[in-house]
Amino acid sequence: MMKKPNLKARLLQGNEACAEGALAAGCRFFAGYPITPASEIAEHLSFRLPQLDGTFIQMEDEIASIGAVIGASLAGAKSMTATSGPGFSLMQENLGFACMAEVPCVVVDVMRGGPSTGLPTNPSQGDVMQARWGTHGDHPIIALCPSSVLECFQLTVRAFNYSEKYRTPVILLMDEVVAHMRENVILPDPAAVEIIERVQPSVPQEWYLPYEDTSFGVPPMGIFGRGYRYHVTGLTHDIRGFPTLRQDEIEPFLSRLFRKISAHFDDIQLAENYATEDADLVIVAYGSVARAAHRAMMEARARGIKVGLLKLITLWPFGRRFVEPLARAGKVLLVPEMNMGQISREVKRVNPGISSVITLNKIDGTLITPQEILEKIYQGKEKI
Amino acid sequence: MTEDRPLIYKYLRHDKKFPHVWCPGCGIGITLGGLIRAIDRIGYTKDEIVMISGIGCSGRLPVYVDFNTLHTTHGRALTFATGVKLANPELKVIVIMGDGDATAIGGNHFIHAARRNVDLTAIILNNNIYGMTGGQYSPTTPYGQRSTTAVYGSVERPFDISQLAVVAGAVFVARGTVYHARQLDQLIEKALLKKGFSVVEIISQCHTHFGRLNKLGNHIEMMKWQRDNAVPVEKARKMTPEEMEGKFEIGILVDREGPIYQEEYAKIRQKAKETLSLQAETKEEKEESERREASDRH
Repeated sequence: MMKKPNLKARLLQGNEACAEGALAAGCRFFAGYPITPASEIAEHLSFRLPQLDGTFIQMEDEIASIGAVIGASLAGAKSMTATSGPGFSLMQENLGFACMAEVPCVVVDVMRGGPSTGLPTNPSQGDVMQARWGTHGDHPIIALCPSSVLECFQLTVRAFNYSEKYRTPVILLMDEVVAHMRENVILPDPAAVEIIERVQPSVPQEWYLPYEDTSFGVPPMGIFGRGYRYHVTGLTHDIRGFPTLRQDEIEPFLSRLFRKISAHFDDIQLAENYATEDADLVIVAYGSVARAAHRAMMEARARGIKVGLLKLITLWPFGRRFVEPLARAGKVLLVPEMNMGQISREVKRVNPGISSVITLNKIDGTLITPQEILEKIYQGKEKI
Repeated sequence: MTEDRPLIYKYLRHDKKFPHVWCPGCGIGITLGGLIRAIDRIGYTKDEIVMISGIGCSGRLPVYVDFNTLHTTHGRALTFATGVKLANPELKVIVIMGDGDATAIGGNHFIHAARRNVDLTAIILNNNIYGMTGGQYSPTTPYGQRSTTAVYGSVERPFDISQLAVVAGAVFVARGTVYHARQLDQLIEKALLKKGFSVVEIISQCHTHFGRLNKLGNHIEMMKWQRDNAVPVEKARKMTPEEMEGKFEIGILVDREGPIYQEEYAKIRQKAKETLSLQAETKEEKEESERREASDRH
C-alpha cells in the first residue's frame, strides 16, 4: 500500500513555511547570515537541508551569502538566501551580478522598519523600491509578496520556478508580520507541487552559445562540470559570454534581458481581485496589509459602501494591467502601505489623471488596522 | 621554455578575441603559464576545473582559458567559489585574485575562507598596487611608497598576505615570484593537490604603475629585484631579523592538516538523516498506538 502523504494541518510560522516551500521547490543550497526577522528561515533550513543531502552554510556576511548562492546555482543547485533590510542592502551588488549573468536564485527579504538598523522587530514595507532599483544600472527583476503563511510556501515555490524559467534572481518580499505570524496551514502534497527546472543545453558542446537569444528570450543554461565550458561575467558580454564594448552586441543583450521578462508579464504578474466589478472604491494592497484591507472591505460593504480589493502578489514587474482598467473605470483607488507611498507612486503612474488615488501611509512600526483603512474609505467616499 | 607554446595553446580559448588586456612585461602571463603547467602535470580535465576571479588585472585571467570560468564581483571570488565547491565537490575550484581584491575589499572573505577550510586553491597575485584602476595604493603597498592616491608616500603599514593566511588557518601557504617561474609552477601544483584551503602568494611586478611611480625601473629591473630579495624559506630560518630586513621568504611556509569543511559537513548530513529516521520511527509508533487505541474503543 502506498503511504499517504501527511496532509494534516500544521501550525506554522511564515518563515518556516517559506523554508518548507524552498525545499518543496527543490532548493538544496542555502547560504545566509543571521538577521532579525529572517533568522528562522536559516535556522529551519540548517536543520532540514542536511537531511535531504543539501547544504546549509552560514557565511561571514550577506555579501558572501549571495555570492555563495550564485556560485552554487552555477554548479547546478537550486539556491536561496534570506535576509532583512540591512543585509538586503549589502546584497545589492551581487544581486545585479545574478541579473547580468542570468543566474537563477531566490533572495528572501523580510522587511523590517528602516532606514539603517531601524526597527529590527517591527513590520514595514519599506524595501519595495529597493527590491526594484536597489542594484545599480537598468535591470529587470521579479519580486513577489505573500500575505499569509500558506502564501509564503506557495510563493517561495513560485519564486524558484520563475528564477529557473527566466534565469533571473527572484525576490520574495515578506513583511515582518507575515514572517512571524503563525497560522494553521495544510501544506500541499510535495508530489503535487509544480516544479520548473532550468533548461539545459542539448546542442553539441562546441556549438553552445551561452547567451544566445532564443524565441523564449532565455538561453539554455550550462552547468559547471557538465561539459559546457563557458565564461560567466558581470561585464556586459556577447552571446559567447565574453566581455564586449561593441554597440551592436551591448544593446541586443541588454534589450533581451528586459524582453525575457516583459514578454511574459501574463505568466509573471499575479494579483487577486475581490469584488472589484461593482466597486466604487478599490483598495490596492499587498502583504499583511492586504488582509486588513480585506476586513475593511467587508466592513464597508456591510455599511453599504461598494468597496473592492485588488491584492497585488507580484510587485515587480508592476501589474499595470490589473490597476489600469480599474482606474479607467473611474473607481477611486486607495493604497494603504507601511511606507511613504512606494506602490501608490506606481498606481499614480499608471493612472494619469483618470481617477483619484488616495494613500494611507504608516511608518510608525505598527500594522495598518482595518479601522484605519475604513476611515480612509469614508474620506474617499466623497470622491466617488 | 619553447615546449610551453603548444601546452598553453592546448588550454587557450581560440574563440576569444585576442590580444589580452595586460601590459607587456606583466607578471600575470608567467603566472598563467605556471598555472597551466601545474594543471597539465596533474592531469585535470578541462571540465572539472572551475576558475574563478574577482575584479582587477588578475580578474581577467580566466576569460582566456578553456575551463568553466567565472569572473565575479570585486573581492567576492572566494564566496562564489565556496558555493560552487559545496554544490559540486567533484569540481576543482581555483580562485585567482589580486592583492587589493583578496586583502582589501575581500579581506574578510579571505580570512574566513582560510578558517572554514573549504577545499579551494587561492592564487594571489601581489603587485603592491591597484593596476587596472590606474595605480592607487593597496593593502600591500610598502610604507612610504608612492601611488596615485599616495603621492607623498603611503603612511599605512602593509599586510603580509602569506602570514595573514597562516594565522587565519590555511592548511597550505606558499609564496613565489614570477622571476622564480620554475619554482612557481611546483608551488601551484602542490597547492592544487593539497586538500583544504591552500594559498599561493605570487610576488609580481606592475612596472606600469608601481615601478614608474616609485622609480623602480622597467619590468626586467623589477624582476631582478625579486631575484635579489627573495630568500628560500630554509635559508631564511637561519637568518636574523636584521638580515631579513627588506627581504622576503619564498617556498612553502605552511603545510599542515586541518578538518576539511566538506568532510565535516558529510558527517552533519549523516547525523541529520539519523534524526530523520528517528522521527519517522516515533511517528510510526505513535500512529500504530493510535490505531490500536481506536480499535480498542470499537
